[in-house]
Amino acid sequence: MQFELTETQQLLKNSAREFFAAECPMAEVRRLMDTESGFDPALWSKIAAQGWPGLLFAEQYGGAELGLVEAAVTMEEMGRALAPTPFLSTVLLAGTLIDAAGSEQQKKTWLAPICRGEARSTLALLEAGVRWEADAVALPATRSNGGMQLNGRKLFVTDAGAADFLVVAARGDGALALAVVEAGARGVEIQPMPAMDRTRRYYQVVFDQALVPEGNVLARGEAACSALEHALDVATVGLCAEMVGGMQKELETAVQYAQTRKQFGKPIGQFQAVQHQCADMLLLAESSRSAAYYAAWAMSQQIPERRLAVSVAKSYSSDAAREAGNRAIQVHGGMGFTWENDLHLYYRRAKSSETLFGDAIFHRERIARLLMD
Amino acid sequence: MDLNLTPQEQQFRDHLRAWLKENLPADWERRAALESREHGFGFLRAWQRKLCEAGWVGVAWPREYGGRGATLLEQVIFVQEMARARAPQLANVLGVSLIGPTIIQFGADAQKRRYLPKILSAEEIWCQGFSEPNAGSDLAALRTEGRLEDGHFLVNGQKIWTSLANHADWCAMLIRTDPSSAKHQGLTYLLVDMHSPGVEVRPLRQMTGESEFNEVFFHDVRVPAENALGKVGEGWKVAIGTLMHERATLGAGMQIAYTRQFDRLVEIARKLDRNGRPASQDPVIRQKLAQCYAEIQILGLNQMRTISRVSSSGAPGPEGSFQKIFWTEFNQRFQQVAQELLGPYGQLEAGSDLAVDDGGWAYGFLRARGNTIEAGTSEIQRNIVGHFVLGLPKSY
Repeated sequence: MQFELTETQQLLKNSAREFFAAECPMAEVRRLMDTESGFDPALWSKIAAQGWPGLLFAEQYGGAELGLVEAAVTMEEMGRALAPTPFLSTVLLAGTLIDAAGSEQQKKTWLAPICRGEARSTLALLEAGVRWEADAVALPATRSNGGMQLNGRKLFVTDAGAADFLVVAARGDGALALAVVEAGARGVEIQPMPAMDRTRRYYQVVFDQALVPEGNVLARGEAACSALEHALDVATVGLCAEMVGGMQKELETAVQYAQTRKQFGKPIGQFQAVQHQCADMLLLAESSRSAAYYAAWAMSQQIPERRLAVSVAKSYSSDAAREAGNRAIQVHGGMGFTWENDLHLYYRRAKSSETLFGDAIFHRERIARLLMD
Repeated sequence: MDLNLTPQEQQFRDHLRAWLKENLPADWERRAALESREHGFGFLRAWQRKLCEAGWVGVAWPREYGGRGATLLEQVIFVQEMARARAPQLANVLGVSLIGPTIIQFGADAQKRRYLPKILSAEEIWCQGFSEPNAGSDLAALRTEGRLEDGHFLVNGQKIWTSLANHADWCAMLIRTDPSSAKHQGLTYLLVDMHSPGVEVRPLRQMTGESEFNEVFFHDVRVPAENALGKVGEGWKVAIGTLMHERATLGAGMQIAYTRQFDRLVEIARKLDRNGRPASQDPVIRQKLAQCYAEIQILGLNQMRTISRVSSSGAPGPEGSFQKIFWTEFNQRFQQVAQELLGPYGQLEAGSDLAVDDGGWAYGFLRARGNTIEAGTSEIQRNIVGHFVLGLPKSY
């Protein structure tokens, strides 16, 4: 039994940390935050040059055929840097979906450009009921000219503004269908949903008689359901790792501040009331890390308990990321409440991550279902 | 990263599992309960002797001292398998897990030969005399003194919270041998024969009604000078070594024990009516049970990560404090969830025919209060994490 990163995994993590420190420092995050799309094609090209978009996928599509643990440690460092990139949406969500549900031809058409860093994508799943499950999908896909016609609205679609094409979950003849839709296609409108987190944008996507050729349908029915479930689990693991990176950064920031800020002639970190807040942050961050790494390993090995492992990680870290943020801000006192301090940016991200792919309540119910029903 | 056991680890586990299946009396709990308290302990001594003969006591000890030289993970597997089989605790649990390793680390050869074999065989039971009425979290404030007179320490003072003192033949204690020196200096780690004249043991009754702890009084107890472990005046260094052992091994079987309790709660929830349907279908109960499950899993995962890290880095460090905060505070929440599930039945004790699981949940709820206090309070553990792990200034 060895529950530590291998040397290669650690090297990957280190190089990701160095990369984001150099290419995406906080000044850059803040600059992008204030741009209209929040997306920087130049940064994405540099990420692509590292080969990370292909990390999870087969060599024949230009991938590196590494596992989810490697993807997770990369995401952990993106979370630490609060990097505004569509990596989660493009690679872990859409890429995994196309890989799991697509035909050979479809993978060549859409997965290969993702691996090469030439295309970006995302998943359009949620509707007004905001439930992260296949059976919640209602958006009608009616038969039309040998293809499908989509009508309706998708909500909370991450990074859609940067996407070249979307994977859309719809319902046709009672069955779930997953289809690739070009972002610029006729009848597709992508509108921002301004929200707390300016470093990962949400969009609503409105379909008005949007036509999807049959060749763009990745899967229908059972195959579509299981691909969707798998991709959501993969992306959830990546998100949990990203949350760990954010918590780690908040912890380090709070500890550093507690060591230097003085009151009553002492560093405030000497007061137990402050010190214990920091100890609790460590507990939250390390526990979330154990759960995220285990879920990554469980998914990569396809062990029977993998779904439980994913929901354990997401339910725990959804609460932990918010709690760690609360404590980090509190330790910083008035400075923690200012716009100039970076903590609120992490706090906003934590709040968005808390509900993305299902909040703690959703994942605890999933645990209960898997264990008790 | 590979969370599967290696073939060697698997072999260790299977070997132990098979031995336990063969040798653990299925009805040991009933037998231990039926016998008088004294006999109950006799049963535990006999059980440890049996384990010892098969080489299953002191698995962490080096082979030259009668141990198995097990890796850290094998030690964890040992604790987990014992918990899984619901095997009784070793009679000499403190001797095997704390005092023996300290003697191995700091003892002279003659001391090792004299004490170690009888620790393993449970022929001599050990207790640990650290805490005093005015030296709890602030252990170095202890005042029990030992004056050196014609080759003997004359020991006077009082220890408290001493587990097993009522059964113990020996006490490994920390005393002040130089009253003039500063707090952490002038302390000596001394091995004291509990049958010496002047030793008096009084059981403490705790809020659960039982007595796990004792007060021990020492009136002019004569202890040969050669019974000092390590150098006279360097007792603090020796004691800290012991505390690290305590925190590294404590809690390893907790995930197994909690998982068993959790499974039982799910079983109860399926049968128990709540608002006209099984409690297992009640959304609030489902949320709470799922949260417990998640925390039990994470408790085990944190443990495994710590074990992996310590295995590659060497000695146990302050990681144990982190674990202790997690499992003790979790258990208090967990016992409360059990109480909420059981409702008024949760309070019933063994005498009631409606008590659930012989009142085990009422006991568990009350007993959990001690978890965040014994073996270092949560506050002290957070100080340790803050200072030794995070590098914040020492607060006291």
